[in-house]
Amino acid sequence: MVPPVRAAFGLMNTDNNTSAIRLSLPVLFGYIPLGAAFGVMFSELGYHWLYAMLMGIVIYAGAGQFLAVGLLANHAGLVEVFVATLLLNARHMVYGLSLLSSLKLQGPRRWYLIFALTDETYSLLSMLQTGCDQLRARLQFRIAALNHVYWVAGCTLGAWLGGQIEFSTAGIEFTLPALFLVLALEQYRAVRRPRVFVLALAIGVLALLISPDNMLMLSIAMAVSLLVMARGGVEWTRLRIF
Amino acid sequence: MDTTAYLLTVVVVAAVATFLTRALPFVLLYRWADHPLLKHLGRYLPPVLMVLLLMYALKDALVTGEGLWPSLAALSVVMILHLLLRNPLVSIMSGTGLFMFLTQSGLLV
Repeated sequence: MVPPVRAAFGLMNTDNNTSAIRLSLPVLFGYIPLGAAFGVMFSELGYHWLYAMLMGIVIYAGAGQFLAVGLLANHAGLVEVFVATLLLNARHMVYGLSLLSSLKLQGPRRWYLIFALTDETYSLLSMLQTGCDQLRARLQFRIAALNHVYWVAGCTLGAWLGGQIEFSTAGIEFTLPALFLVLALEQYRAVRRPRVFVLALAIGVLALLISPDNMLMLSIAMAVSLLVMARGGVEWTRLRIF
Repeated sequence: MDTTAYLLTVVVVAAVATFLTRALPFVLLYRWADHPLLKHLGRYLPPVLMVLLLMYALKDALVTGEGLWPSLAALSVVMILHLLLRNPLVSIMSGTGLFMFLTQSGLLV
């Protein structure tokens, strides 16, 4: 079978920087405006723009940083910051779960990749299926690092320019839903189970009806529970987590 | 605590909490990476998550209806182009261009 992403992105040779750049390009167009939106919000708190850059570097989470701005504005307590961030980012646990066997990097680069596992990085990594572990590991690392650079650039720009930016680029963040749609179509080529996609849509709608604010976490929790139940109790007891 | 110290502490706490959510599966479940249940999840979670992330990215349009038609029109273009050409950059950029045109020009809003 032709590896989906290589075929899809027209890459014959995955062993160079250009392919990581091409793969991550949609994220660039999403992260710059999104990061800038964070930066603009952050600059309204009155802190130096360097701190926005710092947050982009060490936190590196879109929703997490927007939440942090709200918490900072309200002078929230540290426990509240910890718990709120943990809950908001709980969905990341599922990403790790599905990448466990395909993450072959070792050492510091492995930990960097785990640190850098955002929604968008995860969605690109989950599509990488080059045959050779070494090539894939290198590509995984480069994609993660490039996305991180885009995000930090966006945060910094936004905070630096503050309210001066004129958003004639309104709507450019549509690259992200477009990217997710393309990746969903590619997943369909790889998995070919219409039921899985219909189920995901139904879960998404249900979660939106129940609580739009917690839609992502709620729907992911429902999806994981359903997938685990579908597999049956036998496997589950063999896992012996507890 | 002065404001800069407070800011830095909040940043560190948020960074640690975010990293924990990303690292936990790798720390706790590493030994079970080849377990059938985890393999099953590893196979079916990506398609499900991609659909959910797509809906999440469109959440505001879906809930408020604002920008819903431009979004649906642009997504149709992305889908058709991708099924025809299978070139992600072409489909993503065309869809985004159309979305920007539709929302900025006020057509279809």
